Amino acid sequence: MKLAYWMYAGPAHIGTLRVASSFKNVHAIMHAPLGDDYFNVMRSMLERERDFTPVTASIVDRHVLARGSQEKVVDNISRKDKQERPNLIVLTPTCTSSILQEDLQNFVDRASRISDSDVILADVNHYRVNELQAADRTLEQVVRYYLDKARRQGTLQVSLTDEPSANIIGIFTLGFHNQHDCRELKRLLKDLGIQINQVIPEGGFVENLHQLPKAWFNLVPYREVGLMTAKYLEKDFGMSYISTTPMGVVDIASFIRRIEEQINKLSLVLSTEKVNYEPYIDEQTRFISQAAWFSRSIDCQNLTGKKAVVFGDATHAASITKILACEMGIRVSCAGTYCKHDEEWFKEQVQNFCDEILVTDDHAEVGDMIARIEPSAIFGTQMERHIGKRLDIPCGVISSPVHIQNFTLGYRPFLGYEGTNQVADLVYNSFTLGMEDHLLEIFGGHDTKEVITKSLSTDSDLTWNSESQLELNKIPGFVRGKIKRNTEKFARQNSIVDITVETMYAAKEALNA
Amino acid sequence: MSIKISETLTFECETGNYHTFCPISCVAWLYQKIEDSFFLVVGTKTCGYFLQNALGVMIFAEPRYAMAELEEGDISAQLNDYQELKRLCLQIKKDRNPSVIIWIGTRTTEIIKMDLEGMAPKLENEIEIPIIVARANGLDYAFTQGEDTVLAAMAHRCPEQENWINDEQENEKKSIDKLFSSLPIETGGKDKQSVINPKNKIPLVLFGSLPSTVASQLSLELNRQSINVSGWLPAQRYTDLPILGNNVYVCGVNPFLSRTATTLMRRRKCKLIGAPFPIGPDGTRAWIEEICSAFGIETQGLEEREQQVWESLGNYLNLVRGKSVFFMGDNLLEISLARFLIRCGMIVYEIGIPYMDKRYQAAELTLLQTTCKKMCIPMPRIVEKPDNYNQIQRMRELQPDLAITGMAHANPLEARGINTKWSVEFTFAQIHGFTNAKDVLELVTRPLRRNNNLENLGWTDLVRER
Repeated sequence: MKLAYWMYAGPAHIGTLRVASSFKNVHAIMHAPLGDDYFNVMRSMLERERDFTPVTASIVDRHVLARGSQEKVVDNISRKDKQERPNLIVLTPTCTSSILQEDLQNFVDRASRISDSDVILADVNHYRVNELQAADRTLEQVVRYYLDKARRQGTLQVSLTDEPSANIIGIFTLGFHNQHDCRELKRLLKDLGIQINQVIPEGGFVENLHQLPKAWFNLVPYREVGLMTAKYLEKDFGMSYISTTPMGVVDIASFIRRIEEQINKLSLVLSTEKVNYEPYIDEQTRFISQAAWFSRSIDCQNLTGKKAVVFGDATHAASITKILACEMGIRVSCAGTYCKHDEEWFKEQVQNFCDEILVTDDHAEVGDMIARIEPSAIFGTQMERHIGKRLDIPCGVISSPVHIQNFTLGYRPFLGYEGTNQVADLVYNSFTLGMEDHLLEIFGGHDTKEVITKSLSTDSDLTWNSESQLELNKIPGFVRGKIKRNTEKFARQNSIVDITVETMYAAKEALNA
Repeated sequence: MSIKISETLTFECETGNYHTFCPISCVAWLYQKIEDSFFLVVGTKTCGYFLQNALGVMIFAEPRYAMAELEEGDISAQLNDYQELKRLCLQIKKDRNPSVIIWIGTRTTEIIKMDLEGMAPKLENEIEIPIIVARANGLDYAFTQGEDTVLAAMAHRCPEQENWINDEQENEKKSIDKLFSSLPIETGGKDKQSVINPKNKIPLVLFGSLPSTVASQLSLELNRQSINVSGWLPAQRYTDLPILGNNVYVCGVNPFLSRTATTLMRRRKCKLIGAPFPIGPDGTRAWIEEICSAFGIETQGLEEREQQVWESLGNYLNLVRGKSVFFMGDNLLEISLARFLIRCGMIVYEIGIPYMDKRYQAAELTLLQTTCKKMCIPMPRIVEKPDNYNQIQRMRELQPDLAITGMAHANPLEARGINTKWSVEFTFAQIHGFTNAKDVLELVTRPLRRNNNLENLGWTDLVRER
């Protein structure tokens, strides 16, 4: 048992449902007790979906506990089959069905005999995988199912398209800025003269999956979801894939160069024209995207060497760390991720760009790390935003888990050249503006609110005398908490109980030394 | 309209395929209500994920609740449940020092048959903090019924009456003084008499968790009829639980508390006053009248009071009159709300409800029936364990002016031109008593008022029909 208040990644079935409901005309049936269809609320509220979420539950109640589901699951599947006529029904196990150990595969077999839809059982174990791993697995499972089916029926299409083309794998519902990223990727590929063969799962039809192998290569923009599918397609169909995340000007360039490589490799075989994207990269980087120019502009000088902490899923945390360190000259004191299953890759990506690496899914550990480092800005999830609020440190949200405010109506990609502009804005706006920073320091700040303790731990036993309190109040609000904590730390180290103005100055000197 | 609406109350039962919150969500309001409590939800990631998403930002305010997240070792009994729970509870004691720890059993503890009730007394002795076990799981209950299971479990912990009688002898003088101090001076004389009236010495305990302001509003309404509320289940603090016994009268304030009512009657030998629930001015009046009649007290000025409230609602009533409502059903407040809205002049097509206790809600159902007759409106159909899919088909046909529904359906219905109000808001808003009747209508009319603003824009239907 584990005492838990909060978690970064959800349970496995959420991942399966996200994939299933991203496809068009696919219905998921959860084998779950009443109240487990909370996924529908999230999709309807966060994504502001206009359509009913194609997820229903085959309710597990007392009767099921006593006698087993018996006909119930099969009835629910065939009922949904008649009501909505989906192409595919995905039976989704939950933590409950893991324990009940009913033979769900048997239900699926029976149901698929009597329904027009295809029926599969999502192959995920609640206790072994989290939301992201389950999504990755389910996507691969669906793709594999339809390619196998096509192979049996002889409808598989393996001849490549005439023009260069790509599949985009891993764009799906409730993903962090996925819709915007997808649009930006499409735009980028159009600029490069590459056709989009298919985008899966978002908006895709399972009946078109047999055409996946027509593409020249696959793109997997996010590590968390899509890699399994890409690897399967590579193994069975010899399709190569590019898993570089096109976030930040440096990585976008290498992403485009990888594409160039792929196309030129195949154009030898297909005797089509070779491509050269270097002029495009150069033009975009220097003049279209504003990010490269922004990091040269004098405004950005003020950010040099400022401390930041990055935390999020593996893809976003790694990319943002690299952007901060290489492209903006910011010092990343700690980069971390909650994707423990991808630890090795993450460490390899960021090890040269940050002082320390933290891999954990315990938000308290992240909070303690931030409190210890006291960065000028945090880039993390909604959880880090709240930690930042408590410590009076600004935070830019760069990764799931997120709130409704991160499902913006306006166009906010993180990928591609427009993405670089958005990220630059986000980073810049998160730090206190340069001039404001100086002026506040010179004139001692303009806010006079009472000092409140910002520490995460219990109250201190130290007392501040009236002069030192007055002095503390003169310090600008955004650094006051930090000065207070430093002074108290110093006082404790030197066994000082009453803090005077002298203690404050001594602490400052001790720290500077 | 193809769906027949009958003259008497009809109860139907569908498949139970409907959307509602998991009953563990009761933690959200109960931990705030009971200030010195700590709620430990013993369950899996699924439960935790639901709580953290459903409660949104509250999670960041260092709440007095947490998950005891079960891992594979717990499920396969490789780990010892008792030792594990002891470890967590000791940590909670150290960090928060609560007056009571409430274990919320979930479906997982049900299925693996974890003996929470058996372990609690043992652990309670060992760590010296009361531990209450409530099985609020999705196998048996829906949404607000979670509170019911917690309060039913808590009812066992209320002190016995013997002590109360002894205390009362000593405290009688004090309590009379206290009563006077809170009363307006001009009615003092009259109340003095009723205090002397022996009937008033019979204690009355109200059950149901309400925000403290609403609880004191309701107590005050009863005070006006010279009835003194001797306690609430739950109280603001666990240490202030009311005294129960065989001459204590009890009355519910919410329609989903049938287990609590049963426990109070059968196990604590209390006398239950069956009454409609104090939602809407009509409900509040009927509620007070039932309590008064149980105490043999003639009500005073109630009719005028109700009338006043109705008059103050004039503007809202103009908006809702003649409009139709469809309750999809998810929180068991449906009967009371429908009854109030019918009295406001609305037409109710269907009352979906997760579970209908006809005995506990008997007075409310009768009031619903008389209200329909009085307003010359056909009886709505009451659908227990509704099927959301079928309901949406019916709604397509009926095209109600307002659907009261869960958040899973609200946006899709809005996109199809049907106004919706989230049912959850009725659970969290203050809707009890005369004072808050306005708040109910504020909620109900919000989509209607919003529409008055957007009406002329010409885009109400925002989906492409396939």
